[in-house]
Amino acid sequence: MEFGLSQEQVLLQDSITRYLKDQEPLDKVRAVAQDSGLDQSVWHGLSELGLAGLIIPEAHGGVGLGLLDAVVVGETLGYHITPGPFLSTAIMAPSLLIASGQTGHLADIAAGRYRVGIALSEAVGARLDAGMKVSDGRLTGKALFALDASADAYIVNGPNRQLYWVDSKDPGFTRTLLTTIDKTRTVCELKFDQVDAALMTDDPAVLQAGLNAGRIVQAADSLGAAQCMLDQAVAYAGQREQFNRVIASFQAVKHMCAEMASQLEPCRALIWYGGHALSESDGTARLTVCHANAHLSEVAQFVARTSTEVHGGMGFTDLVGLHYWFKRIGANRQLLGSPELLREEAARIQMLVD
Amino acid sequence: MDLTYGPEYNAFRAEVKAFIDANIDQQPKPGEGPRSAAVQAWQAKLIANGYHSRTIPKAYGGYGAEPDIIQSRIIAEEFSTAQMNTGFSGQGISMLTPVLLELGTEVQKQQFIRKTIHGELIWCQGYSEPGAGSDLASLTTKAELDGDDWVINGQKIWTSTAQISDWIFCLVRTEPEAPKHLGISFLLFEMNTPGIEVRPLVDMTGAANFNEVFFTDVRVPKDQIVGQRGQGWQVANAILGHERGSLAPPDAAMSRLNGVIRLMQQETIGGERAIDNPIFRDRLMRLQGRVMAMQYNDMRLLSARINKNQDTKLAGMVVKLIGTELRHEIECLGIDVLGEIGLSYGDNPYLRDNGSWQYQYMYFLGLIIGGGTSQIQKNIISERGLGMPKEPKLAVPGA
Repeated sequence: MEFGLSQEQVLLQDSITRYLKDQEPLDKVRAVAQDSGLDQSVWHGLSELGLAGLIIPEAHGGVGLGLLDAVVVGETLGYHITPGPFLSTAIMAPSLLIASGQTGHLADIAAGRYRVGIALSEAVGARLDAGMKVSDGRLTGKALFALDASADAYIVNGPNRQLYWVDSKDPGFTRTLLTTIDKTRTVCELKFDQVDAALMTDDPAVLQAGLNAGRIVQAADSLGAAQCMLDQAVAYAGQREQFNRVIASFQAVKHMCAEMASQLEPCRALIWYGGHALSESDGTARLTVCHANAHLSEVAQFVARTSTEVHGGMGFTDLVGLHYWFKRIGANRQLLGSPELLREEAARIQMLVD
Repeated sequence: MDLTYGPEYNAFRAEVKAFIDANIDQQPKPGEGPRSAAVQAWQAKLIANGYHSRTIPKAYGGYGAEPDIIQSRIIAEEFSTAQMNTGFSGQGISMLTPVLLELGTEVQKQQFIRKTIHGELIWCQGYSEPGAGSDLASLTTKAELDGDDWVINGQKIWTSTAQISDWIFCLVRTEPEAPKHLGISFLLFEMNTPGIEVRPLVDMTGAANFNEVFFTDVRVPKDQIVGQRGQGWQVANAILGHERGSLAPPDAAMSRLNGVIRLMQQETIGGERAIDNPIFRDRLMRLQGRVMAMQYNDMRLLSARINKNQDTKLAGMVVKLIGTELRHEIECLGIDVLGEIGLSYGDNPYLRDNGSWQYQYMYFLGLIIGGGTSQIQKNIISERGLGMPKEPKLAVPGA
């Protein structure tokens, strides 16, 4: 019995950490924040490391790892607030494609030369006037807050929870980048005017598999981002002096850091178990994933706020750049289901709601 | 990640289950005290079969098995699933016995361990004092040598089970000139020694879960000491960390949470079941996610005891802080879903679950404070877990 990361997983984490420290420092994040198109070069580098094909089977040119490995990588990318479409192209799209038995694009995704965006917002909690209709294989309507504004194709949740494949080059397809707080990943509005839409599946289990994978890796991203904010708070408090002593020696500051650590540390085991349970097709996986994502949204939000406070006025400025983590955590909280919706889903899974 | 226990453990689990099946009808009735013959016979049977005091050497009355954390876990799981009586514990078994095994003399081991684990000797722990709570090492109960005896004067507080105990293990100051951590000794003595007075301390639950214990010229033979003179702090600290985590086990929290679910399915508010109220339901689910995190954290800690290469220092340090506060909130939800009925206590005819929601809600506030307060836990986490500096000491006037 071993509840923890394997030697290989620790090595994977270490090697990605080294790469990101070296190749994707905060300056690079700032550059992508100014020009979202630059995320393509970041993604190219990560693809060469194998991240684009991380969970794609080797037979389709991928690395063939499981969702616990994806969780380990997701945490690392969150720690370094790495820009790019990892969650959509490398995790959710392959999960949906594999679950629906459509493997045609996997090799291109794994090679990093094809990006697949995800437009599942209507399945998670439809807002405003989004919505679509399909007739004669033609899709009309719009999808809001689709993940990745530079994707080559999108997996779209159509009417009745059917999933459709839409090519970005279709003449009836338009997209508009939506400005959000989080500049490390892009979301957009998709408009469809009689676009050619191939029905991928109407099996709700496929949609669920994609959401499960996305939600656990997103939660890992929040865990990583929050861990980094905690580490930065402890480091800053150890250097900043007021009243002739470092502020890390004030009990008020120490207790803020202890509260962050004590809420965050148990999340690690929860996230690991979620990834493991999905890999093993454990029957409790979906419940664990709902709770993991909702809980991480709450804990990471607390850490984001508290770490900023530990930094005092500097935390509020652009100089330290702490706000990039704050906003990444904020975006994760809303995308793929806010905590209240996920907890309600958890109650439904346990049949606690009529 | 490998969450299977392996084939050799499956056989062990079958053995445990067989024992439970054969004996569950003979377990003592709930509520019987540790002095009853039925409880003591049950304890002896558990020890003889390796389900209590499993790793304590046979020479001292235990079962004498090699420590195996997975076996212990399997026993705990199966006994819990079957709701099988696990025998009694208490501070003599959980706190003193490990100390004696590690630091006691051969004579002390022979004299105390067998009787303690079999329930023939009940112990209380004399650590805290009115003036020494969070700053335990500042304790002032003193012991002075007079001939072949220590003569003890002072007062202890928060002493659970003192009123029924045969013996006490007690921290006393024997070297008043030494620095505070180096002037303490760990003594053992009988509670019927002349000069000891026990006064029950009624707490907010209405029960006397604790006592005050007063010592006036209590004479104790000088060889009734564990470790050397002045080493009592180190002796006590050899096991204090163990006590903290065990105050709030996550499996017990999940069991109480499931109790809240049952309550919410039964109780109605204006004709609607409490579980159908979305605000209560959201609170419930939020707590369930938090308990789940603590359960997997616990599995991680268990695994780290088997596989020594894992770093779980921080994961272990947070258990007491998070576990007790979480439990307090779970009990609070149990009260809140009951509304006015939640006020009920004592002999109120509308009482639910024997009043346990209110009782545990208050009791766990006690545990947030006891065993190292939440604030002390945060000091420990920030200093030893995160490497933050201690607060500078105030200059003592006149020093």
